[in-house]
Amino acid sequence: MAVPTGTLHLAAAIDAIDGDGQYQAPYYVELARLAEDGALDFITLDDSLGPPGPGRGRLDALAVLARVAPATGRIGLVPTVTTTHTEPFHVSSSVATLDWVSRGRAGWRVEVSTTEAEARLVGRRPAAPAGELWAEAGEVADVVARLWDSWEDDAEIRDTATGRFVDRDKLHYVDFEGAHFTVRGPAIVPRPPQGHPVLAVAATDPVTWQTAARHADVVYIRATSPEEAGRVRDELRRRAVAHGREPGALTVLAAVAVDLADGEGAPGSSPAMGDAPVPLTDTPGGPPLYHGGPVELAELITGWHTADAVDGFHITPVDPRHDLERFVNGSVALLQHRGLFRTFYPGATLRDHLGLSRPANRYAPEREAAR
Amino acid sequence: MTSRPKQIHLAAHFPGVNNTTVWMDPRSGSQIDFSSFEHLARTAERGLFDFFFLAEGLRLREHNGRIHDLDVVGRPESITVLNALAAVTERLGLAATVNATFNEPYELARRFASLDHLSGGRAAWNVVTSSDAFTGENFRRGGFLDRADRYTRAAEFVAAARELWDSWTPDGTPRPFAHTGRHFTIDGEFGVPRSPQGHPVVIQAGDSDEGREFAASTADIIFTRHGSLEAGRAFYADVKRRLARYGRAPEELKIMPGVTLVLGDTPADAREKAAEIRRQQVSPQTAILTLEQIWGVDLSGHDPDGPLPDIDPDPESQLAQGRVRHGDPLAVAAKWRALSEEKGLSIRQTVIEATGRQSFIGTPEAVAAELAEFVAADAADGFILVPHLTPGGLDDFVDRVVPLLQERGVFRTAYTGPTLRDHLGLTDPGERG
Repeated sequence: MAVPTGTLHLAAAIDAIDGDGQYQAPYYVELARLAEDGALDFITLDDSLGPPGPGRGRLDALAVLARVAPATGRIGLVPTVTTTHTEPFHVSSSVATLDWVSRGRAGWRVEVSTTEAEARLVGRRPAAPAGELWAEAGEVADVVARLWDSWEDDAEIRDTATGRFVDRDKLHYVDFEGAHFTVRGPAIVPRPPQGHPVLAVAATDPVTWQTAARHADVVYIRATSPEEAGRVRDELRRRAVAHGREPGALTVLAAVAVDLADGEGAPGSSPAMGDAPVPLTDTPGGPPLYHGGPVELAELITGWHTADAVDGFHITPVDPRHDLERFVNGSVALLQHRGLFRTFYPGATLRDHLGLSRPANRYAPEREAAR
Repeated sequence: MTSRPKQIHLAAHFPGVNNTTVWMDPRSGSQIDFSSFEHLARTAERGLFDFFFLAEGLRLREHNGRIHDLDVVGRPESITVLNALAAVTERLGLAATVNATFNEPYELARRFASLDHLSGGRAAWNVVTSSDAFTGENFRRGGFLDRADRYTRAAEFVAAARELWDSWTPDGTPRPFAHTGRHFTIDGEFGVPRSPQGHPVVIQAGDSDEGREFAASTADIIFTRHGSLEAGRAFYADVKRRLARYGRAPEELKIMPGVTLVLGDTPADAREKAAEIRRQQVSPQTAILTLEQIWGVDLSGHDPDGPLPDIDPDPESQLAQGRVRHGDPLAVAAKWRALSEEKGLSIRQTVIEATGRQSFIGTPEAVAAELAEFVAADAADGFILVPHLTPGGLDDFVDRVVPLLQERGVFRTAYTGPTLRDHLGLTDPGERG
């Protein structure tokens, strides 16, 4: 049996199901604390510009996780943020601020708005094909990171002798010109604690792959077997290398919807499965579904990780209150017991949890060279 | 039966990106760390304030083509900070300044409704407008709006946001919306259910005629400039008079000037502290720069401790970008010269004297009496306090003045309801569907 080479990473979605208190803060705080008890790398909260479905609602995901931040201490916070009908400058400010209020635990999952209905909510531009919007999302990711770098870390000097609060040589215009927009800079928000908050892409559709391979720190992929997952990870890493990145710069997580069944969840108790491994069911429009007990889920995670097919899992509990509790107290506890997953957070920031170093500032060398 | 005296409303402004904020003081802490926001917000809530207020910046200010570096520079984004503050406060209202020019109704209505839900009904939006191409350079849309259209866009923006906030029935059913106007043509379904306050509280900042009219038509609070008691009464009467035109009662719009305070153990102690703060606010470099903003030319060769320049200002200058103008430069220059000559003041002394003396200076007893007088005389409904220090700038006021206002019976001794509308005595906007 191959020994897993990398650290196992686990993340969980805390998206609410209707009628479960999803318009109030306590619901999310409770789930975030539960995930933090399991020492998970991060939680995610999905979002879209329009309603999640006819007659349904949801709160702004970045707002919810900002509300969760002071009520938690270590867990990473990754809301979905859309790039199609929003202003890149505002996106940069909001995600940087989430990083400040969480003291270095912010990420964002980039998403586009492809529908005509969403275009009509805003009324500024018509709907466009996903490929075009993902190319633009790549530009947004690029300019957002540049804006984060537009303040050097030591730009604030508070020099009483000269009366200067900042060293303006350490503030930089980004002068970004994309196909669809320009941004002058510098940012309003100083460089966030992590330098660059973590960028995630749900790369479950190949239309996202180019942008994901070029800009993402974390990707979620769709696969129903370790072999398939390994192939997708290889392809994404190959593309990342083509963009001049290290292959390990991408943390690849398998996306799995998790229904941890009824009953006690002891080994072999999952319905209709007997002692056979529980397979993932391919579900159109969503991640593959795992339906079984928490112990078998721990087996599945161990198996995929041992096969070095993925760097970890992003799980979406079907009923968060029920399934996240069983995931943390069942599956994660077992993985911890086996020494496959951390039992506490050795670091403080989301980049620490993911083993990512704090990125250097792209503008500092230019200034040094110009001296 | 004795009637209760008119009550004072109080708000706290986070010390901002301007030269009211003193960053050279050894007690001055981070302008960015969440702990600074938490300290000020908790202090305001300890003092039973109505709300906590954050300003906004969308482009770093420039002077003579370079980033202005003498004041505080940079700040986190307001709505996100307020969502986090909702976790560490329970009753305090949470007000964010957000520009109507560089946002769209759907997204912003959604963000404020989310804040209102997550804070249990404590959200407020200070609507500001801008039209400058300078700020526009940070945005997709650029500097697209004529100055004359700023308020028509803002008014239509607020109206559209209210349509969105009203689009869900109170029992939780969304109804489609459609808004067609000069600035916005949008339709669909709003993604956030009706929030605890129905509509977040709307604040309008500014004293212009257009601003007053806009406030009278749609705002719950007007954030105005502080002046003399007489000027305050005239402004108050003018704005309240305008409300009837929109079918609104005088108490539906609260008038809250922004004020600065200096407290001392004796009147002399307070005056001394006030003078020291003014010297901290106007460094020698800031004095020259302030002068350059009026004169519109490079005055870096002048001695801040020497006399004012003998040349006249250039009224067409583009030297200062991203800040509010001081008025007609020639008139201001003439006034400052007269002041300098009359009192024999240097450049720095003139700037200290001519700009922004603190609104209230005195012992806690004297300041409490003055604040109460302003409100009793209908020069204001309350105040937005602008401390000069982060994060401790509100401590003294809350510890020493609030109890005196309570003794006078003009300020609450407990929050009576959970929402900001409750604190302000504003009714639910109702359902217009």
